[in-house]
Amino acid sequence: MKAFWGFVRKEIYHILRDRRTLIVILGIPIVEMLLFGFVLTNEIKKVNIAICDLSNDEITKQIIKKLEGSSYFRVTSYLTNIQNVEAIFKEGKVKEVVVFEPDFSRKLTKENHASIELISDASDANFSNLVVNYTSAIISAYTKELNNTLQGSYRIDPQIRMIYNPNLEGVYFFVPGIIGLILMLISALMTSVSIVREKETGTMEALLVSPLKPFHIIVGKVLPYVLLSLLNATAILLMSYFVFQLPVKGSLFLLMLECLLYILLALSIGILISSSTNSQLIAMMVSLVGLMLPTILLSGFIFPIENMPRILQWLCSILPPKYFIIIIKGIMIKGVGLQYIWFETLMLILFTLLFLGLAIKKFKVRLV
Amino acid sequence: MLKKNVIEVKDLVKKFGDFVANDHLTFSVQKGEIFGFLGANGAGKTTAMKILCGLLTPTSGEVYVNGYNVYTQSELIKKNIGYMSQKFSLYDDLTTFENIQFFATIYGLSKKQIIEKTTILLEEFKLYDIKNHLVGDIPLGWKQKIAFLIATFHNPSVVFLDEPTGGVDPITRRQFWELIHRAAASGTTLFVTTHYMDEAEYCDRVSILSEGKLVALGTPDDLKNQYKAPSMDEVFYKIARNADV
Repeated sequence: MKAFWGFVRKEIYHILRDRRTLIVILGIPIVEMLLFGFVLTNEIKKVNIAICDLSNDEITKQIIKKLEGSSYFRVTSYLTNIQNVEAIFKEGKVKEVVVFEPDFSRKLTKENHASIELISDASDANFSNLVVNYTSAIISAYTKELNNTLQGSYRIDPQIRMIYNPNLEGVYFFVPGIIGLILMLISALMTSVSIVREKETGTMEALLVSPLKPFHIIVGKVLPYVLLSLLNATAILLMSYFVFQLPVKGSLFLLMLECLLYILLALSIGILISSSTNSQLIAMMVSLVGLMLPTILLSGFIFPIENMPRILQWLCSILPPKYFIIIIKGIMIKGVGLQYIWFETLMLILFTLLFLGLAIKKFKVRLV
Repeated sequence: MLKKNVIEVKDLVKKFGDFVANDHLTFSVQKGEIFGFLGANGAGKTTAMKILCGLLTPTSGEVYVNGYNVYTQSELIKKNIGYMSQKFSLYDDLTTFENIQFFATIYGLSKKQIIEKTTILLEEFKLYDIKNHLVGDIPLGWKQKIAFLIATFHNPSVVFLDEPTGGVDPITRRQFWELIHRAAASGTTLFVTTHYMDEAEYCDRVSILSEGKLVALGTPDDLKNQYKAPSMDEVFYKIARNADV
């Protein structure tokens, strides 16, 4: 055991002496969180809009109520004259003006058709697009409701199209993905590189001729990285809480346990990579290309798995990140307990056992 | 036999696929002996040494180190040997002392033993000034001395040195061999591979490997008489020429 702790101490020296790598490891989660958090935002919240209700009847009031009731909009001014629209945009106080045509209710009930004009500040093209789409969605929902209760076939223009991501689950959907990505990268990449470095410098031979057990070598190698990864996971959770106001709805303890499981999985992949190559460069390439891309693209992190071709969906199902992201989303956003994510947890355990088994089989006590 | 044999090798064969790296080697090494293991590059020296250290499993034959069988008791062998590989097995980002401390710890020495012995040995090796220098900043010759110090630190009964003097200046090489002789005088067995023939003269007994076969074995003087050669260098050339024919 003393030999083992001596080994761990040596690993900690390696990590602490390599300042630049350490800064990168600890900095990545923070930078990624900020990048994804502010770049990938495709939801709107409390956008100032103005209403120009030229009809002022029962139905327009209801629609305005719907708009105000949503968390997306805040009605800050009411215009009485269509001429004031340009002025209010110039002041920059609102992003959108919703204009109801005169005689709105009457036209709708008598002619089955009325129109709303959505004027938006397109100087920020993408954002204005989003705002218009959200407004349209709310009006569309209202029309449907109206048709259902009154058994009518009313139509409110403009024609409504949902062109934004229909599976949007909130601005914070990226947090689980970031955790998945960072833990996979740090754990797998760093361990594989650190083991392969010993092979490159020849120190691995010195370790193998020593009484140190291969088991001790592997555990000693991964232990510091488990701690670093947990530190990273904690940093991400703290940031998501304090910077993005996303609390963990479910059990924090369960969340950390699942993170630990995922870290072990990533570490066994790292060991597997390291026992398959003798070059740090190859280990790094395999880790980056082989792990980062699937984690980003094939996990449901950014692109919804449901929208992928069938063959890619299958591919996602045989890659671990998908399950981890489902678990994390479940615990963090939906607040579910283990009974709802037992299948995904089981899958992670199976993946871990598989990779660990392969890694141990490949890690040679004797060099040949 | 009066002296105890530390290494016993009988009919050792090691194949890598069709390639025979060690072809029926038979030799033994006695306690306190400096045993030179010579041969051209690719003659099978390193392979045989790795088998003796428990890094490789032989294809066939009997191999005993310290009386332990390499097939079944490699863990016991590992406790009582020292090994210095061709590449220096030191960590560049650790200091001299941290390197020593690390390897001594994995061989089970206590903290107190390590500190006391390090001070004595660093004085003896004239390395005390670089105790707290990072090994990466130290010249090659000194690194080799540190590697040797580490390989012998836990008082192993056999130390395996795989081309320990490769790429070092002649003066440092001479100093290095003084260290080897001092270790042998204290009862340690030294198993040294080299391809510097002048170094072969420093060995008690020398074996010469060619294409995986043991072609000569004896004291340097015996071999010189046998091949009627003035130096080990000549002995080696004559043997190499025979092998080609």
